[in-house]
Amino acid sequence: MKITKRKAFRTLAGPIWAENPISIQMLGICSALAVTVQLKTAIVMGMSMTFVVAFSSLIVSMMRNWVPRNIRILVELAVIATLVILADEFLRAYYYDISKQLSVFVGLIITNCIVMGRAEAFALSNPPHLAFIDGIGNGAGYGSVLVTVAFIRELFGSGKLFGIKIIPESFYASGYEDMGFMLLAPAAFIIIGLLVWLQRYLAGD
Amino acid sequence: MSDLVNIFLNSVFVGNILLAYFLGMCSFVAVSKNIDTAIGLGFAVVFVLTITTPVNWLIYHFLLAPGALSWAGFPDMDLSYLKLVMFIVVIATMVQVIEMMIDRFSAALYSALGVFLPLIAVNCAILGTSLFMVERNHTFWESTVFGFGSGVGWMLAIVTMAAIRMKLRYADIPKGLEGYGITMIVTGLMAMAFMLFSGITL
Repeated sequence: MKITKRKAFRTLAGPIWAENPISIQMLGICSALAVTVQLKTAIVMGMSMTFVVAFSSLIVSMMRNWVPRNIRILVELAVIATLVILADEFLRAYYYDISKQLSVFVGLIITNCIVMGRAEAFALSNPPHLAFIDGIGNGAGYGSVLVTVAFIRELFGSGKLFGIKIIPESFYASGYEDMGFMLLAPAAFIIIGLLVWLQRYLAGD
Repeated sequence: MSDLVNIFLNSVFVGNILLAYFLGMCSFVAVSKNIDTAIGLGFAVVFVLTITTPVNWLIYHFLLAPGALSWAGFPDMDLSYLKLVMFIVVIATMVQVIEMMIDRFSAALYSALGVFLPLIAVNCAILGTSLFMVERNHTFWESTVFGFGSGVGWMLAIVTMAAIRMKLRYADIPKGLEGYGITMIVTGLMAMAFMLFSGITL
């Protein structure tokens, strides 16, 4: 059987492109855009998100046969909150300056609809290994949009990537200027809108 | 006093919780199709934010902050890592209590806000405001004004957006950009307009 036909592969690849949580399903845009001024923060945010979705899906899926249906939301919230606190404290301990830049946005992963959405829609009705893969796929799909937006904003906004100057000095000498607008909030909204358009166009929708 | 007015103006316009910090986007995109529901949700958000932000301030400063438990004889206790869980629990509880109170005392208000209240418990603008309140070291009254101002700012944004989207129905938008895409771009333009208020102080 070809690898692209396997269920695990489709579970992983679906959310990255065809069912991307941000650009197609419109989930979890909150907190996604504020961290996209720099690539570094966007990648860290994407990784924290992947960690939280993957493990919350795994844990919810492992508990799915024991937890009574009417208190499941409470249990899911407790699992998610614990994982977010772990991620937050980890960043605070080992990457303090990045954690300062991300400020409240790591904490806001708790209320991100993607995590709760995957727990409800997928993990409750699928075995743990698939739920884990689905979580990684959704985290990666979320992260890929974040990184694309951050790439555009950092490159055009400050001429840098990962804090290193990319646009050569000769450009500036001949009159090129950084687009300060890219660093402001409105640019993030407009870039996301255009990315959605591009993806729907490419998907032939 | 002028401090409070400045915090209010700043949280409504320049530091608008939605247009400058991107919080509460999910319900913003989903509910801004109709102006009446947008107004209903907007009022519910103002209401919940004005109550939960000061309540979370009390919880944080008397239970969780480093040294906050000294009144109970634990001056070295630092429970601030619990703030995420506590805030979520407080918000969910307050939303439930408010829903019950509205149901008991005002049938008209309940029929207007009732369906939106459970939605609000998971709106990131509510948790975000409480977290910003901690990060910016507001006092009790400042946090009350900040919560109220954030709510008003969010409501202003969603009601304006709903009005614009009603007009957009008659526009000829390129295929693929309809709906979600154009909403984001219009939000971007609105955010730009709100930035004009920056630098205004009283």
